[in-house]
Amino acid sequence: MALQAIAFYLMAAVTLGSGLAVVSARNPVHSVLFLIAAFFSAAGLFVLLGAEFLAMLLVVVYVGAVAVLFLFVVMMLDVDFAELRGGFQRYLPVGLTVGALLLIELLLVLGGWKLAPEAAVLKLSSTPGNVSNTAAIGRLLYTDYIFLFQAAGLILLVAMIGAIVLTLRDRKTSRHQVIRVQNERAVADTLLMVDAGLGAGIKTLGIYRPLVETPPQGRDPVAATELGERRS
Amino acid sequence: MLMEYLPIIVFMIIAGGIALAMVGGSLIAAQQKPYAEKLSAYECGFEPFDDARRRFDVRFYLVAILFIIFDLEVAFLFPWAVSLADIGLFGFLSMLGFLGVLTVGFIYEWCKGALEWE
Repeated sequence: MALQAIAFYLMAAVTLGSGLAVVSARNPVHSVLFLIAAFFSAAGLFVLLGAEFLAMLLVVVYVGAVAVLFLFVVMMLDVDFAELRGGFQRYLPVGLTVGALLLIELLLVLGGWKLAPEAAVLKLSSTPGNVSNTAAIGRLLYTDYIFLFQAAGLILLVAMIGAIVLTLRDRKTSRHQVIRVQNERAVADTLLMVDAGLGAGIKTLGIYRPLVETPPQGRDPVAATELGERRS
Repeated sequence: MLMEYLPIIVFMIIAGGIALAMVGGSLIAAQQKPYAEKLSAYECGFEPFDDARRRFDVRFYLVAILFIIFDLEVAFLFPWAVSLADIGLFGFLSMLGFLGVLTVGFIYEWCKGALEWE
C-alpha cells in the first residue's frame, strides 16, 4: 500500500508539473515533450486506478500518435515567437474575458455536480466481477453501446476523408508507380535472346553498343529488324 | 492486480538508476572544459544554412493523421478480441460493420493516392 501511495504521489506530481511546463515552456517543441511526459504519468495513474486498458490506450494512441501529430503541427505553424508575444498587451482584455467566461461555466458545472450514491462503491471496483478491465469494456462496447461504436467509426471515416480533401494536392511533377503496368511487362518486351555462335562477337549479330535505332546496312537482317521492333 | 506491475516498477527504477549513473558519473569523473568550438559543426559536417524549425510539407501531417485513425481502429480491436466469446455473433457483426466503414475510407485514400509519396 505504501508503494502504491508513493507511486500515486510521484506520478500525480509529474503530471501536474509537466502540465504546468506545457503551458509555460518558451519553446513549443519543449511543450510537446512535456505533454508526452504528462501523458505517460497519466497512464501510470490509470494503472493505479485499475483501468489498464485506458492506460495502454493512452500510451499507444496519445504518446505514439497524437504527440507526433502535435510535433508536426508545431513545426508546420512556423511561429515567430517574438511576434507572438508582441500582441500580449493588445489581446489581454479579450483573453481575460474568454478565460473568465470559461471559469464561470466550469464553476457552474462543478457547483451542480452530484455524486450518485453508489458511485463511491463502484469507484473501488473498477473491474466488475472477475473479468479484467479490457474484457469488461469489450462486453459492453460492441453490443450495448453499438450505436456509439458505429458513430465512432463514422467519425473516423469523416476525419480520414476530411484530412485527405484538405491536404492532398495532386502534384504535376510527381511520378506515380503504376503496379499494373509493371506486372504486365513480359520478358519478351524488354529482353532479346540472341544465340551467339562460338567466337562470334556481338557486332556480327547486328548489335552495337551503344544501341542505335537503325543498324548499318550489310548486317544480319533478321536480328536487326527484330531489335528495331523491340526498341520502338 | 497491482502487484503484477511490480516488475515494471523495478525495471523503471533500474533503468533510471543506470541512466543517472552514466550521466552523473561522466559529470563527476570527466574534466569539464566547455567552449564554443565544441558545439560547432565537426570537420566534415557542413555549416547549418537554415533553422531546423522551419515549415515542412503538409504531407507529413496527412500521414500522421491517417496513422492515428488506423491506430484507433486497432485500439478498438483489443477489447473486442478479448471478449469475443461473450458478445457472440452480434458483437462480431458490430465490429465487422465498424471495420467496413473504415475500409471504405481506406479504399478512398488508396484510390486518391494519399498513400503514395512521390
